Amino acid sequence: MDFSYSPEDEAFRREARDWLEENLPESWRATQDTLTTREDSFQISLEWQKRLYKRGWVGLTWPREYGGGGGTLMQQVILSEELAKARAPGIANTLGVGMAGPTIMSFGTEEQKKRFIPKILSGDEIWCQGFSEPDAGSDLANLKTRAIRDGDYYVVNGQKVWSTMAQYGEWCLLLVRTDPDAEPKHRGITYLLMDMKTPGIEVRPLKQMTGDSEFNEMFLDNVRVPVSNRLDEENRGWYVAMGTLAFERAGMGQAIMFKQVLNEIFRLAARTKRNGIPAIKDSTIRQKLAQCAIECEIMRLNSYRSLSASLKGGPPGPEEMFSKLFWSEMNQRMTELATQILGIDSVIEGEKEAQLWQYRFLRSKGNTLEQGSSEILRNVIGERVLGIPR
Amino acid sequence: MEFTLNEEQQMLKGIARDFLESRCPKAHVRDMLTDEKGYSPELWQEMAELGWQGLMFPEEYGGTGGDFVGMAVLIEEMGRALLPGPFIPTVVYGGVAILKAGTSEQKKEFLPRIAQGELILTLALQESADRFDAEGVAMEAVEEGDHYILSGTKILVPYAHVADYIICVCRGRGGGDAADGISLFLVDAKGEGITCTTRTAFDGRKLCDVKLDKVKVSKANMLGELQGGWPLVETLIDHGYVAMCAEAVGGAQMAMEMSVSYAQERIQFGRPIGTNQAIKHKCADMFVNVECGRSIMYWAAWAVDEVVAEASLAVPMAKSWCCDAYRRVTADSIQVHGGIGFTWDHDLHLYFKRAKTLEYTFGDSDYQREIVVRELERQLALG
Repeated sequence: MDFSYSPEDEAFRREARDWLEENLPESWRATQDTLTTREDSFQISLEWQKRLYKRGWVGLTWPREYGGGGGTLMQQVILSEELAKARAPGIANTLGVGMAGPTIMSFGTEEQKKRFIPKILSGDEIWCQGFSEPDAGSDLANLKTRAIRDGDYYVVNGQKVWSTMAQYGEWCLLLVRTDPDAEPKHRGITYLLMDMKTPGIEVRPLKQMTGDSEFNEMFLDNVRVPVSNRLDEENRGWYVAMGTLAFERAGMGQAIMFKQVLNEIFRLAARTKRNGIPAIKDSTIRQKLAQCAIECEIMRLNSYRSLSASLKGGPPGPEEMFSKLFWSEMNQRMTELATQILGIDSVIEGEKEAQLWQYRFLRSKGNTLEQGSSEILRNVIGERVLGIPR
Repeated sequence: MEFTLNEEQQMLKGIARDFLESRCPKAHVRDMLTDEKGYSPELWQEMAELGWQGLMFPEEYGGTGGDFVGMAVLIEEMGRALLPGPFIPTVVYGGVAILKAGTSEQKKEFLPRIAQGELILTLALQESADRFDAEGVAMEAVEEGDHYILSGTKILVPYAHVADYIICVCRGRGGGDAADGISLFLVDAKGEGITCTTRTAFDGRKLCDVKLDKVKVSKANMLGELQGGWPLVETLIDHGYVAMCAEAVGGAQMAMEMSVSYAQERIQFGRPIGTNQAIKHKCADMFVNVECGRSIMYWAAWAVDEVVAEASLAVPMAKSWCCDAYRRVTADSIQVHGGIGFTWDHDLHLYFKRAKTLEYTFGDSDYQREIVVRELERQLALG
């Protein structure tokens, strides 16, 4: 048991810090808090990704032959901590680097890896996701978007929903049905990589309760996808997709990000009055602040546990199974606490800061729904971890 | 960066699990509920033979040179088995106090005998149930030749009725700040002028009122600095908190496992009750509570052991989370078990009661959260 960093780790941390000091413009810091349009923030993220890529810091642990940095997992962790501390914007190709890349690395052919990975890391090709459908949400295996083989192509027809980044996406991770009679249903699903420039694709943004649009509906009308863009074999797509979901881990960077949000809430509580005294002097608020602080710390520690297991090359620890369940609910409590501190100011038009917390509060309602609802995740823990029957 | 148990610790965990399953079954825990001593001297001796009391002591004092993280591993298993008795008072309060503050004569005199299972120690701090801070210490130690004379009443002293030595937290004359003027003494528990009244907590733990009437203690038995003993008390309480957290994690783990088994086996409406999400999700939440407790408890154990600044946050955070988690998990376990979980014959109430006792020992979770906020206000220069 040792929670300290080695001298080599600390040296790398200084290197990262110095580089960020020099290369991250002040106006790009904390863009998610200051910019109003998604378009501006996307452009900054794209520029930022290209800078990081040149330094070898997008896909730091990925092999150099595919454009990665060839670094260690520990360096990746330290880099993401420092990025979070510097309030660096996210990269533009989140889905590409977070999902498409790892999936192609695990399931792709050598040709596919060489074709796609470098451009994923550089941000030259932005990826989006086409999994959910109107009748296939939590029950993803019920998806009906049909792909019929026609020579060297699949011809795809159907409708996707909640397609993240589809408005910017140049390539799409697409799940399609290739065997409508498969029993169980998940054995008839195939995983395709779809060029978004292919004729027959229509993308319509979905307006969220925040007023913003991160997700889309996607209509597919006789879209022709080459068979060479299939991942793994036909009707094996479900297993590829489950592998993809395993890559959606909450990392250290995210834990540090929450810690910063927490510090902001503490400062907010110190300067906002509630019944004539600073909110931070209110004993009820203090209890909630402490509880959020404890949960943030636990999230960081759980990430350390995962990291430690990975460093040892062992199987993922139990804490990985509930990371997302934990932080999504924690984030709702944190952002709600901030609105409680602000009181009525958090729900009416006005000051920028109050608007920011309003946005974060509303956005957090999506956290317990996206990428597996809390109910589904509790089922998964109950069934797969604890062995309780379905 | 290493957040895993090493090979030695894993071995210790396995040995402790097996030993306690066979030597500390629930029948034993129940026997001890009404036993006058509240622990089994035979079992105490067997534990000493396994090296448990001396786990943290250097080899020269008859120990095996382990660290506090290893001790947390062991105590987690004791919590799982609900081991009754004075292990934490003897080893975590008594042992750590002598290790940290004892003279080499005191170490030579006490540590090997603790390790051999020959001595039981305890800590006498509180004088009223509502506080455990320095200001609450009124018991006087008056210098007289080569002795001190101690008078006053201590309460909630764990297992004082079977202790050989009681570490008494006393006040010297003329202290200004409440934390100034605190001295600690190793008091012979069977000495003249001491009366001990035993009270039993609902989980079977013995907590005693100890009255000292002009008790003579040799200067050689002063522990640590004269009038400067309060930091040592804080260190002992921190170690105690971590030990409580380890117990809580082990106990909650067991309650969770019992609930999961019951959810798998109990049939109603023709299927296992665990197929109902109302039950399954409670079990999933138990898992999250327990694993998060384990993460934060080992962090606190490490921080206390390494004496790093992080301990000032890690300890109250861990105490708050682990004790809350133990209460939530055991309460939900009873709910999952239905009527059988409410009976005296079922073991769950033993865990439920242990959780409650731990929760209220040295400050409940609200108290700990207040400490957390104060510390963060200090770190962020707010307030």
